[in-house]
Amino acid sequence: MKKRQNVTIKGTKDGLVLHLDDACSYQELKRELDDKLSQTLRAQEEGRIIAVKVEIGNRYLTEDQREELKTLIRQKKNLVVDDIESNVITKEEAKALRAETEVVTVSRIIRSGQVLKVPGDLLIIGDVNPGGEVIAGGNIFIMGTLRGLAHAGCYGNHDAVIAASQLRASQLRISDCLNRGPDHITSNEKHEMECAYINENHQIIIDRLQALIHLRPNLTRLEGGH
Amino acid sequence: MGEAIVITSGKGGVGKTTTSANIGTALALQGKKVCLVDTDIGLRNLDVVMGLENRIIYDLVDVVEKRCKIHQALVKDKRFDGLLYLLPAAQTVDKSAVTAEQMQELIEELKQDYEFIIIDCPAGIEQGFKNAIAGADQAIVVVTPEVSAVRDADRIIGLLEKEKHMEPPRLIVNRIRNHMMKSGDMLGLDEITQHLSIELVGIVADDEEVIKASNHGEPIALNPNSKASIAYRNIARRILGESIPLQPLEETNKGMFSKLKKFFGVR
Repeated sequence: MKKRQNVTIKGTKDGLVLHLDDACSYQELKRELDDKLSQTLRAQEEGRIIAVKVEIGNRYLTEDQREELKTLIRQKKNLVVDDIESNVITKEEAKALRAETEVVTVSRIIRSGQVLKVPGDLLIIGDVNPGGEVIAGGNIFIMGTLRGLAHAGCYGNHDAVIAASQLRASQLRISDCLNRGPDHITSNEKHEMECAYINENHQIIIDRLQALIHLRPNLTRLEGGH
Repeated sequence: MGEAIVITSGKGGVGKTTTSANIGTALALQGKKVCLVDTDIGLRNLDVVMGLENRIIYDLVDVVEKRCKIHQALVKDKRFDGLLYLLPAAQTVDKSAVTAEQMQELIEELKQDYEFIIIDCPAGIEQGFKNAIAGADQAIVVVTPEVSAVRDADRIIGLLEKEKHMEPPRLIVNRIRNHMMKSGDMLGLDEITQHLSIELVGIVADDEEVIKASNHGEPIALNPNSKASIAYRNIARRILGESIPLQPLEETNKGMFSKLKKFFGVR
């Protein structure tokens, strides 16, 4: 009886998919991969460069191992690794991923001199006073008055938004864009229920909160929605 | 066991020392045993406002460095029968002469003998401020109706809220000029309290009598006819737990005609 193959190659319309079995040892896998690639691809040596997707199932590869596999495949003349797909991630990666997508709720007043920074979305129940700063990797929602500085999408997310019950910020920043408040505030402008986002011209626009429904449908995180 | 209350503001010149002197005086008038502590080392003037400058023998730094006993440094106010004392700040050294731990120890000791310890805090957020709040159980933040004072008060409140040993700070709005507030040239009371969102414990009108009294070394709270004096006395009673409505800011001596107009609802 012939033993099950650890490396299978499939051709799809987007390129080759290398499926690597996740039950065998890493050494075994490497040897077999080397073998397989050497024999099968001899036929088309003069072809153009082919992108390969590597699927490794439930196997976890360290950064070094990933590099090793990539070089191994790259050595086979016209193959280049496009992506390595694994079903598993480490706890740290999972935590970071959760932090990036979770909404952190803070119920207090951010006063002058205080800085609040979160990796994901931020929901503040309270005010941000002048001189106070709130910074988030994702969106910022303030149920209260924003009089200080807010910086959404601080790691370069252009789709991030800032919304507040009363938007009277001294400065708004989204990703690498910046907008400052007017020098003279006329007290009859209410600025209730407003949001700020970056438009196509790379400028921060202030609009009614409801505008977000159409502009940023991804804000909806209802179960099943993506 | 007494209660230690620090009077602070962040910004200078908003009336911390005057407020400390008058709250202390008003509490003593209510029959409480009070000790005023000046922590503005190097720039003392609570003693001047209280008119006790010429009686100072030892000071706060002498006490923490054990050059004298605490009761030797305390200056007794003769106007009150053993109810009001002052622990003056040193003038020859600076704020770094004392540590927060030393202050805590000192206030703890004073709390054994006095019902209220009123701590006058220096301006700023550095060592002097940290020393002043180290031993305090409560804080009263003094603010004037100016944007800069409110900004600094906000910063101070943020720092005070981080102190786990203290109750939430309370607010005094000082030097209110009613006509300017009405015309919108000064921040309104609502605006200030909404912005800082802490409990308001009193409002004091801007009154020339306060300056006069301070220069004479007699806290205004001793004069029963002044509006500011009543304001300070009300603050003292609120500290003691009474609930007293805020004084109306409108002028009271309006004359018959305007009273009639008001009666008939004419504007």
